[in-house]
Amino acid sequence: MAIVIIDQDRCKGCGLCVAFCPKDNLQIGDQLNTAGLKPAVVKSQENCTGCKICALMCPEACIEIYRETAEVVAGE
Amino acid sequence: MSETTHIQLDNLQVIYKKPDALTDTPMRYCPGCTHGIAHRLVAEVIDELGIKHRTITIASVGCSVYAYEYFDTDAIQAAHGRAPAVATGIKRVRPDNIVFTYQGDGDLAAIGLAEVLHAASRAENITVIFINNAVFGMTQGQMAPTTLLGQKTTTTPTGRSVERGGHPINICEMMTCIPGVAYLARETMAAPKYVNRAKRSIKRAFEAQIRGLGFSLVELVSSCPTWWGLRPLEALKHIEEKMLPQYPLKVFVDKVSGAGEGGEGNA
Repeated sequence: MAIVIIDQDRCKGCGLCVAFCPKDNLQIGDQLNTAGLKPAVVKSQENCTGCKICALMCPEACIEIYRETAEVVAGE
Repeated sequence: MSETTHIQLDNLQVIYKKPDALTDTPMRYCPGCTHGIAHRLVAEVIDELGIKHRTITIASVGCSVYAYEYFDTDAIQAAHGRAPAVATGIKRVRPDNIVFTYQGDGDLAAIGLAEVLHAASRAENITVIFINNAVFGMTQGQMAPTTLLGQKTTTTPTGRSVERGGHPINICEMMTCIPGVAYLARETMAAPKYVNRAKRSIKRAFEAQIRGLGFSLVELVSSCPTWWGLRPLEALKHIEEKMLPQYPLKVFVDKVSGAGEGGEGNA
């Protein structure tokens, strides 16, 4: 499972990551950020494969993606 | 969920992070503007080639006027359209530095057309990133030389007509016959498959400069959701449906890989 983190203050809510996510894991949130825009939020990431398409299409470069290493998974 | 993930972040493998060559300054572009994607791709290429410490950005006039705040490199702001002339001077004085200009279509295709063509004809060893969104974005959506026939702008409210506005200019096709050009390609960022291709072309353009082969230019067909009057996703569809027939994606010249003219491109 990969972990997607969206910088809520940099995101402008353009929705390109939401539109291109192949697993439909993202959505535009309800909360306003400091710029008065509604940023994208992670709906669920249980089936996120870490394909990076959201980060690839993000015009603000505000998405970070991490994956659990083998040791972390084994240690759980 | 989020609390636990934050605690564990140190142990996690990074799959994607903002490139080092981009600063933390939030970009002032409209939501969904593909300028940001182009910035990111250039920054990723600078990181991958390891040239951040010796790269000089030449910012132009237009929406990308603040490019010097977004790229974590040395930078100069050029007068409107004159970025290739400024880049020429810097590259000749400091040949070990990597010099690239970042220009829009109002800057490069209108007021700066002479500068970019002569820089190419002199085979100046610089790289030009050319953002073509068929409209003057910063000055509120006037017709640009690259505006499509029939496209409505604030100065062509009924759509661009041949009688009044002439035909759109295809910069890449026009430059194909200049012998000093080492790399010339047109790409877009309208979908993930195009973004990967665009990054490859930008990388080759920088490699052409690093190897001293001559002038390199990458045209990026971009969107302007605000002045096209479309939502960000609709603007990307507009690129695929309306812009690409006029501005087909192609690698026109590639002396980097030795493929020669018209090579369909290492895609």
